[in-house]
Amino acid sequence: MAAPLTLLLIVAVTIRAVLFRSSLAELIPERVEVVSPLNAWKRVVEGLALLDLGVSPYAGDVFHEVSPLSIPLNESNPSIHPSIMADALTAVALYLAVKDYNKTVFRKQKYALEAERYPLDCLELIRTPKEMYYIPLKVAMFYLLNPFTILSCVAKSTCGLNNAVIALFILCTVKGSSLMSAIFLALATYQSIYPLTLFAPALLYLLQRLYIPVNWQRSSFWLFTTQYTFMYLGSLCVMVCLSFFLLSSWDFLSSVYGFILSVPDLTPNIGLFWYFFAEMFEHFRLFFICVFQINVFFYTIPLSIKLKEHPIFLIFMQIAIISIFKSYPTVGDIALYMAFLPAWNHLYRFLRNIFLVSVVLLACSALFPVLWHLWIYAGSANSNFYYAITLLFNVAQILLVSDYFYAYLRREHHLTHGLYLKRKDGSEATLVLK
Amino acid sequence: MGLLSDPNRRRALTKLLTRLNAPICVMCYLAGVAWFMGLAFEPFTLRTYMSENAMGSTMVEERFPAGERALATGREFAAHKKKVGGMPVDWLVKTMQSRGLEVFTQSFTRKLPFPDENKERYMVRGTNVYGILRAPRAPRTEALVLSAPCSEGNNNNQAVGLLLGLAQYFRSQIHWAKDIIFLVNEHDLIGMQAWLEGYHHTNTTGGDWSPLQGRGGSIQAALSLELSSDVITSLDLVLEGLNGQLPNLDLANLFYAFCQKIGVLCTIQGKLQRNDWDTTSGYSHAAQTMMLMVLKQASGRPWGDHGLFLRYHIEAASIRGINSFRQYKTDTTTIGRLLEGMYRKLNNLLERLHQSYFFYLMPSLSRFVSIGYYMPAFGLLAVILLLRVSFHLWDNRGFYFYLTPSSPGVLSILTPVVISHMTGVALYTLPILSQEMAVQHFPVSETEAVVLTAIAIYTAGLALPHNTHRLLQGEGTEEGWRVLKLVALLYLAVLLGCTALINFSLGFILALSLVPIAAFITPHTPKALSAAIMVLLSPGCTLLYCVFVFQELQETPVSLQDGWMLFLSVISQGILDHALYGSLVYPLLALLIYPCWLLLWNILFWK
Repeated sequence: MAAPLTLLLIVAVTIRAVLFRSSLAELIPERVEVVSPLNAWKRVVEGLALLDLGVSPYAGDVFHEVSPLSIPLNESNPSIHPSIMADALTAVALYLAVKDYNKTVFRKQKYALEAERYPLDCLELIRTPKEMYYIPLKVAMFYLLNPFTILSCVAKSTCGLNNAVIALFILCTVKGSSLMSAIFLALATYQSIYPLTLFAPALLYLLQRLYIPVNWQRSSFWLFTTQYTFMYLGSLCVMVCLSFFLLSSWDFLSSVYGFILSVPDLTPNIGLFWYFFAEMFEHFRLFFICVFQINVFFYTIPLSIKLKEHPIFLIFMQIAIISIFKSYPTVGDIALYMAFLPAWNHLYRFLRNIFLVSVVLLACSALFPVLWHLWIYAGSANSNFYYAITLLFNVAQILLVSDYFYAYLRREHHLTHGLYLKRKDGSEATLVLK
Repeated sequence: MGLLSDPNRRRALTKLLTRLNAPICVMCYLAGVAWFMGLAFEPFTLRTYMSENAMGSTMVEERFPAGERALATGREFAAHKKKVGGMPVDWLVKTMQSRGLEVFTQSFTRKLPFPDENKERYMVRGTNVYGILRAPRAPRTEALVLSAPCSEGNNNNQAVGLLLGLAQYFRSQIHWAKDIIFLVNEHDLIGMQAWLEGYHHTNTTGGDWSPLQGRGGSIQAALSLELSSDVITSLDLVLEGLNGQLPNLDLANLFYAFCQKIGVLCTIQGKLQRNDWDTTSGYSHAAQTMMLMVLKQASGRPWGDHGLFLRYHIEAASIRGINSFRQYKTDTTTIGRLLEGMYRKLNNLLERLHQSYFFYLMPSLSRFVSIGYYMPAFGLLAVILLLRVSFHLWDNRGFYFYLTPSSPGVLSILTPVVISHMTGVALYTLPILSQEMAVQHFPVSETEAVVLTAIAIYTAGLALPHNTHRLLQGEGTEEGWRVLKLVALLYLAVLLGCTALINFSLGFILALSLVPIAAFITPHTPKALSAAIMVLLSPGCTLLYCVFVFQELQETPVSLQDGWMLFLSVISQGILDHALYGSLVYPLLALLIYPCWLLLWNILFWK
């Protein structure tokens, strides 16, 4: 399997290298869909220049990146841009993680089959090694060849780095290394806060791996939870302090995290925040910021309860929710969770709106630049047009994610209750989500 | 949410949609066309009204007295133009300076990709002269433009005369809060392009011009004046700009309001307004006016010198004096008063014109149809494509059959898509690249070579070996063409939707011709008949019909022979517009619409 992956990497790097040299390389970094104030390369360059001059990069309102992470960017050799390397790294990490995860899934399924826990008519739901064989490669392909990733990479957006860190975190979690997992999770949190919600699924997965049941009365549960929390908070602390010692000021706290949480920059993007807060009366702002931000974190609790047996699916859901509801989303964030879609290939028969949703997503992607043109260049449309498409795009994403969620639950339901459900009177039953 | 999650309700819906698909599609098409035709019916349209408060009333006292003197200046200009054999730069500079303007010149050169036979130009070299009247009452952050072209022969001399007359008169007034730039541009749009790019420090199409030495503030509005006779019978307002962009409706309202006040006959598309909307002839008059606007907008080319201003977010229109055989004549003084009034009102603007509509069609100068009214006509056509998608998707075998892993390989779909697009790229690039070779081998001029190459590639696309997937996959399968059709339908729907947003008229005309074939083409229809229909409804033929219809609507019908020559010149103009000003119609047709049509052609000959 290493050969196809290498080939894929070569193809992906070639595409990116070609685009870097084409005239698009100047156009794409200007697109608001691709870069946000948080991860625009232009801003990173500006921040590093300020740093070189001995000025705090957080002076002014340009740079919102945590500094130690971007310093290696400065010294990197421009022949292969770090964003290309980050993409390749993400793909490899996802590839390995999904491969390992599939092994676990298959082993579990085997035990369940041996224990005859599945109803007899569910045999067609059983996953075969043949169909699972290419999934890791498909995941890597979905990430590397996704136009969203390519755009994000050509824009040199640092979103690729965030994705790489999250992918490494997933890899370490799947491999069961709790220390590395905690460190990478802390790193991701340190970059953009929101990955904080991945703490729950990671903990659940590691617990599951160690055969510790989630039980409030068990001391082993508390012991491990404390241990993991401590590792996570400890590494987070180290990183924050490192940032402090680097610039010997706490400026970065307000400039990075304050910027993410209080959303002062209302440049249009594909998210839901900008229009809403641009239109709102100032005195409601604080309240709605709280509502919008809590919204991102809130789903963790119900989803963790519902999916506590399936932490990797929970990670997928959380990443998707973050990339939909975060304050400055870009297409690069979407690419990360879309890479996981091949891993849920077996849910295909239970998906109901996938075609509709994918068409809407495609149409919206085509309409973004058109409406942007009409609004900004032609001056004939206005922000309402653009926001309408943003809304539609996000609704489609939400439908996509909830469709997968429904399909996953439904498959699990069938695996315990049999595929062909009967009503009490013996007629064929249908599952209805109300 | 019931429809999205309840399988029973869904089944009912899909059953309805698959069973009644064809009738619903036909109904939608007819309804779309009927809706569009209904737009010109007066009770369905809105009366125009001034939305911008700063221009609310026409309470301006126009006092421009010097029409005769302006005409004399115009004659003097004509004499100097004849003597120099082009733009009399020195005379213009001197005259403008003597009228108290800050005068600057800009020289430009431009080599066209191939000779323009309509205007007989290839290597263009010219000079723009402009004078700035600095605003006495404000910090000079904003400007207005009045332009007049310096045309070949005896055209537009009166326009330059009136421009200079107005400059002299405006200089003596103290109301001006915005700089007023008086521009005389040579070589019509090429000069305008050079001046605008120089003014805004951009270079989008690779021209060569000297930088501007003097600037005013940011330009708020511009009028371009075309006047070729001493007296006129009516004034025609031209709105359509590059890529079908229109200025804010308030600019048209302003023109209309002053025409009413001063008592000048005003027309749009050269058509007077009629009051008998309830008669057949009255309705057909309005419909003709609107269809002329649709055709002009769909062409995507600037129909006056104002057309390029719109790209820079500047509201602009051309005002064209027409001298026909009517009794009632208007003299230059009156036109000067009209322009004075309009500039006084524009001078009052506190912000850019934005209150009124940007998307509209006008069946007459006092009536308009806004985007909310005309979009449903397009929507009804576009929904047919989606209905057909659902039909092919749910083709009585359960949901999403064609997307299961057992559906035909990606390669068999990808090959026709790639081949079609390669043909499109050839159509886009080859005509200009290969003109030299064509001229060497065939007895044609460069322009003819370009146009004929384009037509040749267009026709050759039909004969391409479209069934290449058979080499890769053996026989083409039943599923194969269905998936290809699904792709083509979705592609066309997104493409037309985007086009209609930017340029409604173009999107609508393309939808009129492409939607029926996209909806009903299958490999099982009678081959010869379907092929004939497809060719007749192809984008190229649509363009040919548009040429004839346009001539018919303008009341200058042409014979088949002349129509064909006109068709050829329209193609060359389209390519030139793209190369010179960045009009998007030619690349859109060549790179996207034509390949999409080829996909449908491919389905017809699927084996």
